[in-house]
Amino acid sequence: MDRIRFDLGWAWLALGYTFIFLPVIVLVLFSFTSRDIPLPPFEGPSLQWYGRIFGNERMVDALVNSVVLAGGSSLVATVLGFLGAYGIARHPTRWEGLMRYVIMAPITVSYLIVGMGLLVTFHVAGIPKSLWAVGAGHVVINLPLCFSIILAGLGEHQRNLERAAHDLGASELQALVRVTVPIMLPSILAAYCLSFTLSWDEFIIAFLLTRFEVTLPVLLFELLRGGSSPELNAAGSVVFCISMSVVLVAVALTLGRRPPRA
Amino acid sequence: MKGPSSSGRGIGLAKWSVSPTLLWTVLLFAAPLAFMLMVSTWKRVRGKLEPAWSLDNYEKIFSKSYLIDGLFNSIEVSLTVVAVSVLVAYPLAYVLAYRVPARWRKLLLVLLILPFWTSYLVRSYAWSVVLGDNGIINSVLLAVDLIDAPVQLNYRRGATVLGFVHFFTMLLTLTIYANLVQINPSYRAAAADLGASRLQVFLRITLPLSVPGIMVGAFLTFVITMGDFITPQILGGASELLLPQSIILQIQRAADFPMASAMSVLLMLTVTVAYFVLARWLRLDRM
Repeated sequence: MDRIRFDLGWAWLALGYTFIFLPVIVLVLFSFTSRDIPLPPFEGPSLQWYGRIFGNERMVDALVNSVVLAGGSSLVATVLGFLGAYGIARHPTRWEGLMRYVIMAPITVSYLIVGMGLLVTFHVAGIPKSLWAVGAGHVVINLPLCFSIILAGLGEHQRNLERAAHDLGASELQALVRVTVPIMLPSILAAYCLSFTLSWDEFIIAFLLTRFEVTLPVLLFELLRGGSSPELNAAGSVVFCISMSVVLVAVALTLGRRPPRA
Repeated sequence: MKGPSSSGRGIGLAKWSVSPTLLWTVLLFAAPLAFMLMVSTWKRVRGKLEPAWSLDNYEKIFSKSYLIDGLFNSIEVSLTVVAVSVLVAYPLAYVLAYRVPARWRKLLLVLLILPFWTSYLVRSYAWSVVLGDNGIINSVLLAVDLIDAPVQLNYRRGATVLGFVHFFTMLLTLTIYANLVQINPSYRAAAADLGASRLQVFLRITLPLSVPGIMVGAFLTFVITMGDFITPQILGGASELLLPQSIILQIQRAADFPMASAMSVLLMLTVTVAYFVLARWLRLDRM
């Protein structure tokens, strides 16, 4: 009996992982096909579809837009998330619960709703669609994540080091810049990288708030209307690789970095 | 002696540093939503938006089946996705937490989050390729003679649900796993010592204690599924629309911002109801 239960568990695990990996494997495998459609049987390997996307000016422009958008909006979200977390952790007031609630509120709402609110507001106010508008929306959705990641890392240990800095004569600003930020760097980087990968992949806000400076997900959506093509597989694989690289950098920085000794 | 708290010195940085964060959220999140709520009472007259201060848009949504069906379809699909995802993910999380040896666990968890980093638009696209008439699944079924002709798997509700379940299996396995490993192992051991069977341990100890993890995951699943445009748009086909697709249609085809706003407000209300149903397990201010 015991043996059978054990095997059922492993069977479910194997099935589950197959299910989870099936589309990823199909995506990457058929980006190397030499045929015109991303379907079995596989023939190749060939790099022609990668050549095609990197030779496509619209694709490269969209890639650059996406990187700039993700890099910039994540920077703002991380800085604001840090300031919010620092304020809440170091200056407790009776409004703390309410302030946390307000800062966390955007995660209970769909991206679509965030995008619609900005679209309708900007439309009536006469603010044109642009990458800046998308960036504002991406900061809204990523701010709660950055805030909660950084707040989770701001513990008593850091507090004591800050106190030591104060006792040695550092001003509050000096203690913040020379003590708090360096010891919090792993959390800050983790927040930045997570925010980057989410913004970089975000579709609906970018779709609603841009017209000409399209991002990569929006361009891929347009291409998708033309039917499936190994070109989409190749672009999807590139997106995957860039996200993975950001995550690996984040993991390496977070794990490799020891808090500096005070 | 210095003051009792570190914020007593200097320029009161800690006192004010939360303000820009609050300001951003209020100005670019709360205010636009309030504005959208207002616009939902306006109407579009000859291409221009005019304040009408009426509930006509809401009345119209509930009287036209092509508008209200989107909401009902979305609720049905979201509840299905939540149920199926929990049923698939719970055993996975359970096996990961209790059966898999510790040295394999880390690797398997890393593998589990790997597909998260594929673009979710591209994931839906990949499923449409997998499910196509000449896709992997039909090819395999044909090859082993289970079917004689390709079965249409794409462009129907089942494909949309499958695309969602794929994403949420990853997410829910993680939230449930995180909850399971937090349960004090001595509770399970004590129950077993007192003569409980494995099934009893599961039903009376493990399952009740893992409910918070399930509920957090279920809420996230419901919110994201209700608001997602891409998965039904790529996998669902033209036979039925979900609410986000109807909203985008109002924007793109009709440029009817007030109507789209009213539909968005309904979407928000639905999610709010779900939040209050699950509120006792979700502590937003403690996340």
